[in-house]
Amino acid sequence: MTETKAKPKKTVAWVEEPQLGFWESTFVPAIMKGLKTTLKHVTDRAPVTQQYPEQKPDLPLHYRGVHRLNRDEKDRVKCVACMMCATACPANCISIEAQAAPPEWPDRDKFPKSFVLDELRCIYCGMCEEACPVDAIELTHIYDLTGETRDALMFDREKLLSVYDKTKDNPRDPVRTRRGILGPAAEFASLPTLGPATVVPDSDRSARNPTAGVIKGSLGANS
Amino acid sequence: MPEILITLLTIGVVVAAIPGVCNYLILLERKLSAWMQDRIGPNRVGPMGLFQPLADGIKLLLKEEVVPPHVDKVLYLLAPALSVFTAMMAFAVVPFGPVDDSVPGFLRFIIAPNINIGLIFIFAITSLGVYGIVLGGWASNNKYSALGAMRASAQVVSYEIPLGMSVLGLALMSGTLNLEELMHQQTQGGIMSWNIWFQPLAAIMFFTASLAEANRLPFDLAECEQELIGGWHTEYSALKWALFFLGEYTHMITISFLTSILFLGGWNLPFIAEATSNYPGVWLVKLLVLFGKAFSFICLMIMLRWTIPRFRFDQLMELAWKVMIPLSLANLVMVMFCMQFGFNRWWLFVGSLGLFAAWGVISANLREAELAARPGYVKPKKKAAAVAHGHGHAAGHH
Repeated sequence: MTETKAKPKKTVAWVEEPQLGFWESTFVPAIMKGLKTTLKHVTDRAPVTQQYPEQKPDLPLHYRGVHRLNRDEKDRVKCVACMMCATACPANCISIEAQAAPPEWPDRDKFPKSFVLDELRCIYCGMCEEACPVDAIELTHIYDLTGETRDALMFDREKLLSVYDKTKDNPRDPVRTRRGILGPAAEFASLPTLGPATVVPDSDRSARNPTAGVIKGSLGANS
Repeated sequence: MPEILITLLTIGVVVAAIPGVCNYLILLERKLSAWMQDRIGPNRVGPMGLFQPLADGIKLLLKEEVVPPHVDKVLYLLAPALSVFTAMMAFAVVPFGPVDDSVPGFLRFIIAPNINIGLIFIFAITSLGVYGIVLGGWASNNKYSALGAMRASAQVVSYEIPLGMSVLGLALMSGTLNLEELMHQQTQGGIMSWNIWFQPLAAIMFFTASLAEANRLPFDLAECEQELIGGWHTEYSALKWALFFLGEYTHMITISFLTSILFLGGWNLPFIAEATSNYPGVWLVKLLVLFGKAFSFICLMIMLRWTIPRFRFDQLMELAWKVMIPLSLANLVMVMFCMQFGFNRWWLFVGSLGLFAAWGVISANLREAELAARPGYVKPKKKAAAVAHGHGHAAGHH
C-alpha cells in the first residue's frame, strides 16, 4: 500500500480475464450454483407483484395524470384564459378560446369560453401546471384513462371541471394553492410590477409603484 | 381384445393426451419461471391459473391465420405439420409405463411394442424433425427465419452425433436396441443395475445433446429472440405457431422418458416398485414412478432454461465437436474394451469419472493456450493472483 502512495494515482483499472481452472472448464460447479440460486427462489419466494385491478398502485405524490380545471370559491372556473398553458405546452394539446369576463366578475379580464385539452396528444409533462399563473390547471392522480373514441378523449371545459369535482376531496390530489382564492397573478392591480425595460410615463402603474428596473422620466413621453 | 383395437386405443389416448400435457407443461414452465424470478405467474384464469392452458388453446384456435404473401405456401404449411408429426412418431416406440404381465390386458403403455430397432428409430425420426424447422425457415422467405433455420440445422446435425454415440455404448453393454428390453434389464436388477452407474458420463452427454436436439435453452440459438425475433417461426401465427411448440414440448416429453428409461431404470424404484413387488395395482405405481421420473427431468429442463444463459454459436459448436464427440467416442471405446476383455461393469464408472477429469484438464489447458496466443498476454504469476485480487493491476509491477 505504501508503494501505491508514492506512485501517481492510476485512473485506469486494468482487469485481467479471470483464469479458468479445472472445475470452471467442466461447467459443472457453475451450473450447480445457478440451479441452487434459482431453486432457492422457487422454494422461498417473495413476489412483489401487485395484483393490479384489485390492488391499486401506491403512486408517488408528484404523479402526473389526467388534468383538471380548478374552481374558485364561487364555483366559477378559475382559469383566466391567459394562454400561458397553451403557450408552454410542448405537445400543443391545449386550445383555449377566451371571452371577455362579464362585468360582475371584477377580478379578471377574461375567462375561457371553451377550453379543450386533447388527452391523447398530451405527454403529461406538467408544464401547463407550472405555467399557470392562477393555479387553475392541475394534474391529478388519475392514471387509468380510457375512451372508446378519439373524440371522447378531447376533454372540454365542463369535463375538466368535473374531474376537479371528482378529485378535489382525494387526499392525494389537494388543491395546491389557497383554496377558492385565485392565485397571486390574478391580483395584478395590487402587485409590484416587474419593470419593463423601457421608459414609462408617470401615469403608468409601474411608475407609481416602482421596482428595480423601472426607468422613470420624460424620455418616453417625449419620444 | 384384439391387438389392433388396443393399438388404436393407445394411439387415440396418446395423441389426445399429448397436446393437453404440452399445454400444461407450458403452464408449468410459466409458473416455475415466474417463481424463479419472484413473480406470481399466470393466476387469472381459474384457481392458480389452472385453466390458463385452455384459454390459451382457445385463443390459438380462434386467432387469425396469417399467411404472408411472400411465402412458399406448400412448404410453409407443411413445416409445422412435419414438426409435430416427427415428434409424435418418435413417441410411438417409447414405453411410457410398465410393459409386463402386471398390466391389465386391455392396457398397453407403448404404441408399437417389440421394435428391435427402437433407439435407432427414435434417432432417425427425431433428426427428421429438423426438416420442420428448416422448411419453415426457408419457406418464410425472411432473413431472420432463414438465419434461425440455418443455425438449427447446423446445431441439430452436430448434436445428432454425440446423442447417438453416447447411447451406443449403452446398447453395446446391454446387447439390445429395444427400449422395452433395455428397461427390463434394469428393472430386473434393481437400483444397482441402473445404467447411470455404468454410464454416468453418457447420461450427462445424452441429456445435454437432447436439450440441443430439442432447441431448448441454453441451446435455443435457432429462435433466440434478442437476435432473430423468433427465428424460424417468425412468420408463423395462430395454430401453425402452436404446432411448432407442440412439437418442441412433445420432444421434451420424449427426451425425459428416454432419459429415465435408458439411464434411470424405467419404472424401477427401491422398495416401492421392484421386479418382485406383487401387490394389487402395482402397475399403476410403476406407471406413476416412471411418470414421476420423466416429470422431474422436465422440471430440470425448465430450471436449466431459466438458469443458464444462452451459448454463443461458436461455443455451441465447440461443445459439440471438440468436447462431446471425442468424449462419447472415448466412452464407446471404453465400453468396447471392457466388454472385449470381460472386465467388471463397475470399471466403467471409474472410467467415466476418469474421462470427465481428463476433459476438464484438457479444456482448462486449451483455454490457457488460447489466452496465451493473444497479443500482449502477460503470463500471470501463480502467487500474484491472490495479491492482485486486493488492488487490481498494481501488483503486477513488482
